[in-house]
Amino acid sequence: MASVIYFLDNKGRPLLSRDYKGDIPAQAVERFPFLLINNSSNNGSFDDGSTRPVLYDNGINYIYLMHKNLYVLAMTRHDTNVFNIMCYLNNLIKVLESYVKSLEEESIRDNFSIIYELLDEMMDFGIPQITDTKILKEYITQESFTLEKVIATATGAKGGSLSQTRAKQPPSTLTNSVNWRSPGIFYKKNEAYLDVVECIDMLINAKGQMLSSEIHGAIKLKSYLSGMPELVLGLNDRFLNGGLASIRGETGEANGSGNANGSKGIEVEDVKFHQCVRLSKFEADKMVSFIPPDGEFDLMSYRVHSHTLRPLFLIDYKMKNHSNTRIEIMIKVKANYKSKISANRLEIRIPVPDDVDSPKFHYNKGSIKYIPSESVVLWKFKRIDGGKEYVMIAELLLPSVHDLSNLETFKKKPVNLKFEMQGFVTSGLQIRYLKINEPKLNYQSYPYVRYITRSGDNYSVRVK
Amino acid sequence: MNRAELGLKFKPRKQFGHPAQLQVNGHKFLKRFIYFSLANLLIMSVSKLETRLRKLFNVPRKGETFEFREGLVSQYASERKDTIQRVIAAMTVGKDVSSLFPDILKNIATHDHEQKKLVYLYLMNYAKTNPELCILAVNTFVQDTEDPNPLVRALAIRTMGCIRVDKMTDYIEIPLKRTLKDDNPYVRKTAAICVAKFFDLNSRLCVEQGFLDELMDLLDDSNQMVVANSISALIEISKSTNSNFLKIDSKILKKLLMTLNECTEWGRISILTALADYNAQEVAEVQHIIDRVSPQLQHENPAVVLSAVKVIIKQLDKVEEDQKESLLKRLSSPLVSLLSTPPEIQYVALRNIRIVLEKYPVVLARELRVFFIKYNDPLYLKLEKIDILVRLADESNGLLLLAELREYALEIEPEVINKSVNAIGQLAMKIPKVSKKAIDVLYELFISRADSLIDQLVVVLQNLLRRYPTEYLTTIITIIGDLEFDTLNTSDAIASYVWIIGEYSSEIAHLEDRLTTLMSQFQDSDPAVQSALLTTIVKINLTKPTPVTQKLLQQILNEATKEVENADVRDKAYIYWRVLSTDDVQLQKKIIMTKLPVLESTIDHFPPLLLNELVNEISNLGSVYHKPASSFIKSIDGELINTQLQSKKLEELQQLAKTEIVNNTVKAENLLDFDDNDDSPQNSSAAVPSTGNVLDELNDLFSNFSAQTPQQQTGSSMINNAIKQTGPDQPQKKSSNEDLLDLF
Repeated sequence: MASVIYFLDNKGRPLLSRDYKGDIPAQAVERFPFLLINNSSNNGSFDDGSTRPVLYDNGINYIYLMHKNLYVLAMTRHDTNVFNIMCYLNNLIKVLESYVKSLEEESIRDNFSIIYELLDEMMDFGIPQITDTKILKEYITQESFTLEKVIATATGAKGGSLSQTRAKQPPSTLTNSVNWRSPGIFYKKNEAYLDVVECIDMLINAKGQMLSSEIHGAIKLKSYLSGMPELVLGLNDRFLNGGLASIRGETGEANGSGNANGSKGIEVEDVKFHQCVRLSKFEADKMVSFIPPDGEFDLMSYRVHSHTLRPLFLIDYKMKNHSNTRIEIMIKVKANYKSKISANRLEIRIPVPDDVDSPKFHYNKGSIKYIPSESVVLWKFKRIDGGKEYVMIAELLLPSVHDLSNLETFKKKPVNLKFEMQGFVTSGLQIRYLKINEPKLNYQSYPYVRYITRSGDNYSVRVK
Repeated sequence: MNRAELGLKFKPRKQFGHPAQLQVNGHKFLKRFIYFSLANLLIMSVSKLETRLRKLFNVPRKGETFEFREGLVSQYASERKDTIQRVIAAMTVGKDVSSLFPDILKNIATHDHEQKKLVYLYLMNYAKTNPELCILAVNTFVQDTEDPNPLVRALAIRTMGCIRVDKMTDYIEIPLKRTLKDDNPYVRKTAAICVAKFFDLNSRLCVEQGFLDELMDLLDDSNQMVVANSISALIEISKSTNSNFLKIDSKILKKLLMTLNECTEWGRISILTALADYNAQEVAEVQHIIDRVSPQLQHENPAVVLSAVKVIIKQLDKVEEDQKESLLKRLSSPLVSLLSTPPEIQYVALRNIRIVLEKYPVVLARELRVFFIKYNDPLYLKLEKIDILVRLADESNGLLLLAELREYALEIEPEVINKSVNAIGQLAMKIPKVSKKAIDVLYELFISRADSLIDQLVVVLQNLLRRYPTEYLTTIITIIGDLEFDTLNTSDAIASYVWIIGEYSSEIAHLEDRLTTLMSQFQDSDPAVQSALLTTIVKINLTKPTPVTQKLLQQILNEATKEVENADVRDKAYIYWRVLSTDDVQLQKKIIMTKLPVLESTIDHFPPLLLNELVNEISNLGSVYHKPASSFIKSIDGELINTQLQSKKLEELQQLAKTEIVNNTVKAENLLDFDDNDDSPQNSSAAVPSTGNVLDELNDLFSNFSAQTPQQQTGSSMINNAIKQTGPDQPQKKSSNEDLLDLF
């Protein structure tokens, strides 16, 4: 497993490190920036993350993740489970973010002691231990100056005994078989909120044809329930069967028969559950039964292939170049869904050349802004109803000193869309029921269910 | 300053070294009290000595270090803690604060959990530079392993294992034994890993003391986390020694499979790793493993998924054909799910998927779309995805893929463009059905005249001609005919261009002009180009000789045999010359005009032996490099480095011990000679024997040290033997060993 973990800034200089095994010399990390440059897959440039994430040099293996402007680096000499290390690094970042909000150079410097403490607790001798934020937060609490402490220190000698009485114990949850929920939780109102969220990623070409689409769905549960509740989630059969078929690897046949039956031809794939769900029970009895962690978590995630999905927005793009001094971009957007439905917070990001000058916009709805740092024009709608059509024209002056490649490359970036729609999901998943049963406390509780469809990170339209 | 107190310092210290042997027949409480007071006394007296010494040597009174020192001895707990934090901060940014070691050490006896952690952290970092002083902390560690709070017990045993000082091995045994049997699972699971640390530090002692057996016993523990950590520790130990300490029998197997479902994600990975290496024989056992492991494919942690995939793949050869098929189908969607992760993880996943794909090409047959490139993928990911895409292509999805590759060829990065042009060629060669469309796409790309793709395009065209010698000739010749050779940059492309001209000379317009220009740069060309040009000119002279080509032939044979330095090109020219000198034109044609065999594919595959090794490497580093582990992990080298490090450490330690003795003598003398005037004679006489004590003790430490080196010696001599077989640097090594000997 990992011998040492480093946090490095974007120049490859170490910010903080934890040595777990002592078999990597301290000079090894100094080689890292050179390795990044030497192994870059497009000769030379350093900070665009074009270097493969696993590198070998002189007996040492460098494994890194990029996070914002940081490199999180693990090193090892042995042939270990590199995938494990990477997933651990990823979890490490998530945990640290939950402690310090945003993990970057500054926040690492400011919070080194809590980070050391976490590094110590999350990995021992290179073997990952606990990465569950909720559990960690129970016994690793951020240093903060509370009034109690001030009093304790003021009274001097007594401080010791006082803090001793408050000494933290390792939460028994940690080593229990239900290691995601501590016993003795109590709420006055027992509530559970279920959100079914589906993110659509779609790639559409300039002719309006859909090249690829993917729906990532997740059932998110916010639970505020007392005691150790046993929950059973009921889903509609069609979805369940699809999910089970994919688990058993029978997607092919399921799809075939599905089409024959005239159903919508939806394939459910990659059904993944939170660790609290009894996996074997799902397969055997088609039951999603679990004891939920307290608070918010992703109960289940899945992927859907839908053959009938159409682009939700049609984009018509035209660009006119006036002898390299001025360009005009015309965009027409049409909401391609039933008029009863409406989408909220639609954002259209239109790439433009770098460094354009005095942008002028003509449009009949929404608001438009030019964002120089990203070289995009952002067109925002609060709400757009089905079947409606809107147009905008942007006039942009080009910088007098321009290079032609800039003019070429911006057209290759796709137009990106973001939106959110409430009240339905495309996969046809339905929640039939959520049974909540706490054997000891026996309280009544009813879940609230919401369905949300929104865009993923890659809902884009090619314009060329 | 009280002399009597100072005198006390050394007597208890002797007992301190082996606190477990302390004989107090009273209550446990009394024992603890004594420890506590001793620790306090020790710290007080050390601090007094410090200040005294500092007076003498006139330690600078300014600067950060001085401030830290002041802060560390402050009378306010909060200020001390604050200073420790600042010291750790200085350590983090790489300042050397090792000189504060004794001052930090004074703060170790505290009830403040956070402060304790900080002090321990400091100790771990600088233990190597102050190995002797480190021993002073041992007492607190041992005491902490008996603390009522399990967090403290675990912290102490964890930190003890991290202090990589040889001396530590003497003290760690007893607390480790005790914590392995602790009531609290949190402590036990920490202790289990500590065994691996101990083994790393001193494997001989660790085996002798039976810790490995205890670890095996822990596999039967009631707590799943303890089991998982014991497995991890055993795997770790096995890996570092290249042997197998984790012997799984059917009983342990059952236990592991049962524990699997209760573990944390990381525990599951350890167990799955152990299972992957287990060679199940009976059918029932195989079935049991598969039944238990396959639900893990639905886990949310991708590393669990991949480990489970590995276990199942390893069992595949042992199950019946139809089950094998359904299992393979089952693997496809979990493998795809590995791609909904950050790009770096995706990359490693793709490298693994490629191995699975080579072994079982059917697995992902239906999943082409998932591997399409996203606009914001990093470059290495895009390239990897194209590799996978081509391997997934079949008749049903060929056209779809072609359209996608065409888009990629219009991207911005030249690497992606080249790779996708190449992929279009590979696709056309793999699936004859789409080859026509593929050629059209290539033509279209050529018309777009993006400079960056021309080179790759020509190479691809050559390959296509070798696959389909006549079918698409007109299109390809149009492209080549349109192409001036100076638009080409890479020698590969030029060589391909020259080859096509030679092979299809009758179709090419302005043949003589082209050859003349090429010939004019013959001397400066790459050997590959020279060789291709040589063949081409010879061929043309056999098919349609003209006065110009004959002149060129004479010229090229002359230059190639007289001026070219490359041996291959030269030899080839000589052979041609000899063949052309015979009068038998039929023979000449037979030799020179032979058609090359049809090229089936340019997609490279792993050789079968390597492939099998790579399957074993799934999820490990080897799977990323696509090399077996033995090729990049040099275990002997590793040991060499370790022993070198250790011997270096040893020298350092000796040096330190020596200076320590000298310092202490100075200290003692100071105590005797320069001390305050108001000391009474009795007190000073009390100090004398104690100074003797300190010297003795340090000598003891030292002799322990030399007692340990023979073992070190045997270790390195073993390595010497190993080296004897391999190479000449043996005498050098031996001499360094002798140097070491001399030191003692």
